Amino acid sequence: MVTPGPTLEIANLRVRYGHREVLKGISLEVQRNEVLGIIGPAQSGKTTLLRILNRTLDDVPGVVITGAVKVDGVDVHQVKDVFALRRKIGMVAPLPVGLPLSIFDNVAFAPRMAGIRDRGELAERVERCLRQATLWDEVKDRLHSLGTRLSGGQQQRLTIARALSHDPEILCLDEFSIAIDPVTTMRIENVLKNLRAQMTIILATNLVQQARRLADRTGFLLNGELVELDRTEVIFSDRPANRKTYDYVNGLFG
Amino acid sequence: MGKAARSIQNRPRWEVLTETAIEWLIRLCGISAILFVFGIFFFVFREGSGFLFHGFNVREFFGSTEWYPNSQSHVRYGALALIVGTASVTVLAMLIAVPFGIGAAIFISEFCGPRLKETLKITIELLAAIPSVVWGFIGLTVMNPLIINLFHTPIGLNVLNGGLILALMSVPIIVSIGEDALKAVPDSYREAALALGVTRWQLVHRVLLPAAKNGLLAAVLLGVGRGVGETMAVLMATGHAVQIPTSLMDSVRTLTATIVAELGEAPVHSDHYQVLFIIGVLLFSITFVVNLAADLIVRGIRSK
Amino acid sequence: MTSRKQLSEVMARTLFLLMTLLMVVPLLLIVGYLVYQAWPILSLDFLLTNPKHGMRAGGIWSPLLGTIYLVVISLAVAAPIGVLAAVFLNEYARDNWFTRIVNLAVVNLAGVPSIVHALFGLGAFVLFARLGKSILAASLTLAIMTLPVIIASTKEALAAVPKAFREACWNVGATRWQTIRHIVLPNSISGILTGVILQVSRAAGETAPIMFTGAVFFKAIQEGHLFAYGLFDQCMALSMHLFTISTQVPDVPKALPYGTAVVLVSSVLAVNALSIIIRLRLRTRRKW
Repeated sequence: MVTPGPTLEIANLRVRYGHREVLKGISLEVQRNEVLGIIGPAQSGKTTLLRILNRTLDDVPGVVITGAVKVDGVDVHQVKDVFALRRKIGMVAPLPVGLPLSIFDNVAFAPRMAGIRDRGELAERVERCLRQATLWDEVKDRLHSLGTRLSGGQQQRLTIARALSHDPEILCLDEFSIAIDPVTTMRIENVLKNLRAQMTIILATNLVQQARRLADRTGFLLNGELVELDRTEVIFSDRPANRKTYDYVNGLFG
Repeated sequence: MGKAARSIQNRPRWEVLTETAIEWLIRLCGISAILFVFGIFFFVFREGSGFLFHGFNVREFFGSTEWYPNSQSHVRYGALALIVGTASVTVLAMLIAVPFGIGAAIFISEFCGPRLKETLKITIELLAAIPSVVWGFIGLTVMNPLIINLFHTPIGLNVLNGGLILALMSVPIIVSIGEDALKAVPDSYREAALALGVTRWQLVHRVLLPAAKNGLLAAVLLGVGRGVGETMAVLMATGHAVQIPTSLMDSVRTLTATIVAELGEAPVHSDHYQVLFIIGVLLFSITFVVNLAADLIVRGIRSK
Repeated sequence: MTSRKQLSEVMARTLFLLMTLLMVVPLLLIVGYLVYQAWPILSLDFLLTNPKHGMRAGGIWSPLLGTIYLVVISLAVAAPIGVLAAVFLNEYARDNWFTRIVNLAVVNLAGVPSIVHALFGLGAFVLFARLGKSILAASLTLAIMTLPVIIASTKEALAAVPKAFREACWNVGATRWQTIRHIVLPNSISGILTGVILQVSRAAGETAPIMFTGAVFFKAIQEGHLFAYGLFDQCMALSMHLFTISTQVPDVPKALPYGTAVVLVSSVLAVNALSIIIRLRLRTRRKW
C-alpha cells in the first residue's frame, strides 16, 4: 500500500550552529520515487540539509533547529524510534568508509543490529545489496576479508551496499564522488539510475553536470537559502528564474 | 514499498531493555569520579573536623615549629617545621629534576633518532614504575652510605638524600610532559629557524623553549604536586627530625611522613588523630590547586 | 656549516645526551645493585616460605600472596568502573559544563597523594562502612587510587577509533551502545588492556594506602596454599614488608630486604614490559 502525499516535506527550516545561521528558511517537497538534485558551492548548507533528515545533526553542540521536516507525514523530531527513521533513510557520506569488519559483516551490520539473525536471510541480503551496488563480482570470493582494505572506489560502493541493506525509502548521497575516481563515479551513477524505480533519491553534489545527468528536479542552494527549485531542464536552460542560478550553473562563480 | 522497511524492525524486547540498563550503568560510572573526589574530601575532612572547629589553633599550626603531640604537660601542634620540611625536599628535588628532565626532553624530542627515542622513552617509563617504597629503600641503603662517605656527615638521611631520591622519581613526569610541550611547537618554527641558518642549540634556546614555556611550566607544576604528596620515599630517606633545616645535611620530616609515622599510634578520634587528618586536608588542598593549574595549562597545549 | 657552528652543535648534542644518560643510567645501576645484593637468597623457596623468626629469616610467601589478592581484587573493582566511566566520557557525554567538571574530577582524583587515599580509606571503608581493617577495605582504597588512570588511558584508547566509523554506524540505524559494543570496544581493547595492566604494577607497589586499611606487620598463613586469605582478614603485602624489615625490625640479614625489593621491582618491571609488548603488537595489527 502506498502512503499518499509527498515523501518529504520541509517547511521553513532554519538551522544554526550557535550564532551562525546555516539554513535560512528552506521549504520544499520531494515526491515519491523522484530524484532530487541539490547543487551549490561549498559551505552552502547541503550537508546540513541532508543530515537533518536522519537526525544525525542532533549531536552537534549548540545546534538549534526550527521548522518542520516531515518524512511520510511525520515530523522527524517527533518520531518515536529515531533508529527506525535512520533505517528508512540511506545515507552515503562524502568520504568512503569501510567498517573494520569483514565485507560480509559490513553489509550485514545494519540488518543484524535491527534484529535479523537468520544466517540464510543475511547472506541473501548481503548478496542482493552487493549486486545492486555493482561490487559483488569483485568481492564474492573474499567476503571475509576486511572491508577497510578495499580501495576508495570499492569502499564507496560498499557504503552504498550498506545503505541499501536496511531497505531505505529515501536514499541520500552527499557529494559521493568527491574522493573517488571518475570510472567508479560513472558506475555509481548507473547504480542510481537503476535504483530510482524503488526509492526516492536526494543527491547533493558539487558537480553540476552530475545533477543534470541524474536529477528530475534540481534545487540551487546558496548561503543557506534555496535560490531556486525547478525541473532540471529549467535550471540548466538559458532562462532559469534566477540570474544567480544561471551564473553558478555556467561556472561564473563557486 | 514501505513494507520492506517495516520488516526490518524486530529487535527483541529483552535486548532493548538490557541496552537501556547498560546505558544507565555507564552514566552512573561516568559520574563516579566526581563522587569519589567529593567523597575523599568529605571523609578526610570529617575525621578531622571535630578538632578543627573546637580547639584547633590555626596560628600555632602554621606559625610554630613546636610539634609535640604526645607531650604529657603541654600539647602543641606547630607544623611549620613539617611544612618547611616538605618544601625543602620538594624545592631541592625540582632544582635537580627540572633542568635534567627538560634536558632529557629536549634530547629525546630534537636530537634523537627514532630507535634511540623509543628505547629512551621505554626506559623512562620503567623508571616511573619503580614503587615509592623501593626508592625509599634505595635512599636508605645506597644514598645513605654514599652521602656519609662523600660529605663526612654523621648521618646520611637528610634533605639531600630525600631531594635526590625525589628528583629521580619526578624526572619521568617532567620528561613526559616536557616532551609533549615540545612536540606541540609547530614544525614550521623549526623549519623557519633552520632556514635562517641557526644552530640547533640556538633553535632550542631561542625558539623552542620560549614557545613551549607553558607546557614546561605545567611539567614543573606536576612535578611539584608529585613531590609534595610523596610519602614512603621521603619517610625513609629524610630522617625523623622535626626541625627547620639549616643545611642540606640536616634531617627533616615532611607532612606526609608525619602522618604515616604517627597515625598508627594515635588513638582513634583523639585530638592527635584528628590533627593528622587535618594535615591530610591541607595536602589534598595543595595538590588539588597545583594539579588543577597544571591541567588547565596542559589542556591548552594539547588542544592546539 | 662553519666549524664554530659544528662545534656548538656537537656540544649541544653531547650536553643533552649526558643529561639523559644521567637519568637513565641510575635505573640500570639500581636494578643491578639490588640483584647483586639479593643474590644469596633468591630462590623458589624464598617465594614459597613464610617469614620466620620475627622476620629475620624465611621467605616472603604471605606478603606475596597478600599483594596478589590486593591487586586482583582492586583491579576487579576499578577496571569495570573505569572502562565504563571512560565510555561515558568519550561516547555519551555532551560538550557542556557538566562534562568539563567530570573530566576535572578525574584529573584531580589522579593527583591525590597516596597518604590522603590512605586517610580516605580509613575514614570511609574501615570506619564508616565498618569493614574494619581488611583485605576488602585495602583493595577498595587501591581501586579508587587506580581508577582515574584507567579512565584516562581507556579514553585515549577509545578516542583512537576514528569518528567516521561511528558515524557510519549511526547512519544505518545502529544505537549508540550497539556501535560501542560492535565497533568501538573491540577495536580499542588492546589500549584498554595496556592501561589496566599498568595499574597492576601501581597497585602492587603502593604502601601508604594499605598500611592503615588492611595490611599488617605480620601474619602467618598456610604456605603454598593459594586461598589462605579471607576477604575480611588482614594481610601482609610485599611493599609494606619491605618497609617493615628495612626500618622497623633490627638485625635483619642484609639479603632479605634486598630480596624483597628485587621481587617487587622485577614483578613491576615485568608487568610494565608486558604492557609495552601489547602496545607494540597493537601497532602492527591495526585493522585500518
